Amino acid sequence: MSAPNQGADRGADYRGGSLSGAFLALVRRDLLLAFRRRTELLFPVIFLLVVISLFPLGIGPGPQLLARIAPGVIWIAALLATVISLDALFRSDFEDGTLEQFVISGHPLTLIALAKIATHWLVAGLPIVLLSPLLALWMNLPAESLGVMVLTLLLGTPILSLIGSIGVGLTISLKRGGQLLSLLVFPLYVPILIIATAAVMATSDNLPYTQFLGLLAAGLITSVTLAPFATAAALKISLS
Amino acid sequence: MNTNVNHPSKPRKSALVLFIHKLGSPPWFYAFSGKLIPWLWLLFGIMTAWGLYLGLVKGPADYLQGESVRIMYIHVPSAWMSWMIYAVMAGLGFITLVWRIRITEILAMSSAPIGAAFTLVALASGSLWGRPTWGTYWVWDARLTSELVLLFLYLGVMGLYNAIDEPRKAARAACLLALVGVVNLPIIHFSVKWWNTLHQPNSISFTGGSSIDASMLWPLLIMAIAVKFYYAANLLSRARVKLLEQDLRKAWVRNVVPRDLPRVGPDVVHRDRGN
Amino acid sequence: MSHLPFIWAAYSVGTIVLLWCALAPLVRKRVALRDIRRLIQLEERHLDSDS
Repeated sequence: MSAPNQGADRGADYRGGSLSGAFLALVRRDLLLAFRRRTELLFPVIFLLVVISLFPLGIGPGPQLLARIAPGVIWIAALLATVISLDALFRSDFEDGTLEQFVISGHPLTLIALAKIATHWLVAGLPIVLLSPLLALWMNLPAESLGVMVLTLLLGTPILSLIGSIGVGLTISLKRGGQLLSLLVFPLYVPILIIATAAVMATSDNLPYTQFLGLLAAGLITSVTLAPFATAAALKISLS
Repeated sequence: MNTNVNHPSKPRKSALVLFIHKLGSPPWFYAFSGKLIPWLWLLFGIMTAWGLYLGLVKGPADYLQGESVRIMYIHVPSAWMSWMIYAVMAGLGFITLVWRIRITEILAMSSAPIGAAFTLVALASGSLWGRPTWGTYWVWDARLTSELVLLFLYLGVMGLYNAIDEPRKAARAACLLALVGVVNLPIIHFSVKWWNTLHQPNSISFTGGSSIDASMLWPLLIMAIAVKFYYAANLLSRARVKLLEQDLRKAWVRNVVPRDLPRVGPDVVHRDRGN
Repeated sequence: MSHLPFIWAAYSVGTIVLLWCALAPLVRKRVALRDIRRLIQLEERHLDSDS
């Protein structure tokens, strides 16, 4: 879908070419574009709901079994939903040449990447966080684990967007980039999955869990500082 | 490529720097590696024969595990190589991205299949070692699970390299991926190790804990060195072929190919088709 | 349970995989040399037909 995008920037009043101005303008533009195709926003959400409901259907609705696998299932569904929505991060801009314009514009590509990742999280990651109480209910997650579950998703889904964007940057020039993308990013997601599910499982055993949240926070800070550089480098290679 | 290394007004560069510069030139690299490869294979053969003799014939069986411990002499060196090659590939990838040297790009991309092969051997031999030791062919223990994730990382690098059409762009993208992977590798490895202790507190380690007896350590170390010669020989061999494939039309390649086919005129087209 | 078949299997798998890995570049080299020779012949034929 490459509808002309001029209208998105017309109302922007962030002048002066400052970094934060550019960042906010880009986020605003991308959010406007995303909301223009509101139905497409729902696809990852619906995918998430469908995937979660497949588990009781496939394994059986026994409440204890569901409760036991709930942290892992919810997190795996979050991983899958994120990967599905990642390709759209740069695809339409790549196809109509906007991405190339970004690369040759004066603005640092790292900042542009960060802006797009932020939008992706707002549009794809945040809904996962907001839906998680419902998913926890479906998977019979014990009430005392819910808070930590939401926290792990809140801290973890941005990391998924950040690391995933590196993969998207590398595969954006491929026609079937989306398929290769999952192979590329899933190994990198393994530590996040392990730590997040460990945090939630610790709550149900009444064990300390804050160290895992700390690790996730550290991972988030590291990714925010490092991933956009890697994404920018990947985009430069893909567009060369 | 700077070839003006011995300009009279500059101080003479050391032999090592000169050597490294020369390696960057495809014909020189091709000729040099061609001479080196047979020696590397010879050393591999000698070390492997010696190591396997010490390990399989002369060495003892384990007190706890019995004869199956002999699988260690292929499993552990393969596992070590699978990790080492990834690190080397990432290092070469870093050089490629920063300095854009073609030969390191080729060496990095040639390393990936070799590393994947060693990972495969480590997984298979580990699985076969597990059957008599633990009673099952697959266990989600720390080492096997890490090796599996490492295999996926290798497949990702190889897949990305093969998916992009233009070779230099493909290599740069794959090198970036290898770098991202190597940064994540310690994190992945430790999180898997920790995950394993969390879920399987009674897991048995292959080498049984603290120290390993000298009669088993020696064959292990010899095999570990032997596979390094394998890697070097195979890597150079693959790099040479890649150079040929990429420089198909260049002048230096013509001097390399033995011109032993007789020219007999237009009929040669039909005769060639059988090849 | 005898451990011998597992030892044999492990070393066989190792040998097969590493042997295949070692031979693959040799096969590709033969193909590459054949392509180079073909290119040389084509060029010489063009040179002949031009002169």
